[in-house]
Amino acid sequence: MTRLMSTDAGPAIAVENLARRFGDLVAVDHVSFSVARGEVFGFLGPNGAGKTTTIAMLTTLLRPTEGSARVAGHDVERAAAGVRRAIGIVFQEPSLDERLTARENLEFHAVLYGMPRAERPARITEALRLVDLEERAGSLVEQYSGGMRRRLEIARGLLHVPAVLFLDEPTLGLDPQSRRAVWEHIRTLRDQTGVTIFMTTHYMEEAEFCDRIAVIDHGRIVALDTPEGLKDMVGGDVVVVTAPDAPALVDHLAGQSLDATRRDSEVRVEVDDGARFIPRLIRGFPGEIDGASVRRPTLDDVFLKLTGRTIRESELDAGDVARGRMRRAMESRRRR
Amino acid sequence: MSAAAGPGRPDPGITRTRVGAPAGRAAMTVGAVGIIWKREMLRWWRDKSRIIGSTGFPLVFLLVFGSGLSGAMGNMIGGGAQAIEFEQFIFPGIIAMSVFFTALFNGVSLVYDREFGILKEMLVAPVSRAAVAFGKTLGGATVATLQGTLVFLFAPLVGIRLSVLLVLQLWPIMFLGAFALASMGVAVAARIRSIESFQMINQFVMFPLIFLSGIFFPLQGLPAWMNVLVRINPVSYAVDPLRRLILEAQGLPEAVMGRLSESGLALSIGGHEVSIALGVAIVTGFGIVMNVLAMWLISIRD
Repeated sequence: MTRLMSTDAGPAIAVENLARRFGDLVAVDHVSFSVARGEVFGFLGPNGAGKTTTIAMLTTLLRPTEGSARVAGHDVERAAAGVRRAIGIVFQEPSLDERLTARENLEFHAVLYGMPRAERPARITEALRLVDLEERAGSLVEQYSGGMRRRLEIARGLLHVPAVLFLDEPTLGLDPQSRRAVWEHIRTLRDQTGVTIFMTTHYMEEAEFCDRIAVIDHGRIVALDTPEGLKDMVGGDVVVVTAPDAPALVDHLAGQSLDATRRDSEVRVEVDDGARFIPRLIRGFPGEIDGASVRRPTLDDVFLKLTGRTIRESELDAGDVARGRMRRAMESRRRR
Repeated sequence: MSAAAGPGRPDPGITRTRVGAPAGRAAMTVGAVGIIWKREMLRWWRDKSRIIGSTGFPLVFLLVFGSGLSGAMGNMIGGGAQAIEFEQFIFPGIIAMSVFFTALFNGVSLVYDREFGILKEMLVAPVSRAAVAFGKTLGGATVATLQGTLVFLFAPLVGIRLSVLLVLQLWPIMFLGAFALASMGVAVAARIRSIESFQMINQFVMFPLIFLSGIFFPLQGLPAWMNVLVRINPVSYAVDPLRRLILEAQGLPEAVMGRLSESGLALSIGGHEVSIALGVAIVTGFGIVMNVLAMWLISIRD
């Protein structure tokens, strides 16, 4: 795909003190960050953390309550049309017309973005080839699988050669195989087009594909670094020990000034060198130990360290309230 | 204003150069309206069950309602001159009903578009939201006109003769009425997110509007309040020209021809017959007001 030339040296996205309230609920709480051109930038956090609300503001669908944001050099409030010309979006929820074919869906998009008629057929074919849907171009989308629809939406988001591509939970609801395929496509796209990618996810494995990650929780950015940098915050290794008397084990570790967390009979602790730590623990701990494992820290460990909860636990709390409110506000548009 | 905006126009704030020449702003708006219209047409054409259902519905009305009531109503029409049958009287009304309901219900498609995310896809595109509303309306109005045209097929069943010239006269009026009601449908749907709410508004606002437009009953001898409602209802002015054009083309007796409004076959205000031109003007004005309203309502950003 053709590389977008740019004469503007500024960042692809610059966000300052951005906030959005829905009534008394603060969905996005004064976040600031900037995304360099060509970067793959991820927003990682549980459902309801404010990810989709942030995307809605950056893509001009929702007005910020406070703060400012510039996308591809255009202010999202004062130059919404400029922003819209410069971005592509893959929404969290499907947004294809199932009664149209894949090609017709892309044609619809191409015309909305003012692509000259003469260029359309070739560009559409190229976009379909990029996501391996060329052969099914003439099929109605209602006959597509979930993974194919997602790939078609990604092709659509890139069709007009945007400077910034927004992906809101691009692999949500896909099986692992389709998820991997979508990720391969996203990486190919970035390498071939140099497009800046802003994505949200609550899958830890996916966040690893990003150049930088902002960890977001309750509408705030709690950490922002490369995946490696974030993992370094956790320390050397994560050791998980299973013991019948787990509370005693936690106390024992506390005695060695190690900060352990327990869930049922599982005790999790961060140490510098796990391979040496385990034998020492077995010798030193008077109680029984059923098992022990060592692994490299994951982003899940980072999230746990930063927020005291795992992402999965966070999903169980009232986080969905924010999501529900935002959706209602956007759909009913009661507020002006 | 924006008509001259060509690809080379320096646009403040846009410093990147695009691959290929992007269309000018006016051309983009026209293109967007066109493709949204085309999508409505494709969706209609591919939904054969909808076409059959929407055609069968007026047929049932024509047969059941028309035949069922013709015995009781027959003599009251045309001042007792037996000039026309009741089925013939309601035939134009059935065409109008088919056109108006189809146009109005097209608003539901906007609610569906919102539910299935396609509206969002349109709203983040660099086209004005007014263009989105206009394209939806135009598509709905075209579908409604085609749907009304299918009712022409039943004309022989009730002894109505249609000529090419008559059809050419009817089409623009059907389209104008359809445009007004499709605009109204879009205006309502622009603020609504559930199908149920849309249906409720339909029942309380839109159905009365259509039923109080003289579709099913002659306009003579109505109760005073209904007389007023029919005359302030803009939809009546879309039904009236259709009925007059169709009935006048059937070769009515001289005695009836000159006194259509006295026979309850045409609208009159204060004893003056409303001309076809005035009817068309009122419908057009109503359509413009409704369309501007639809554009405004869809443009409100959160």
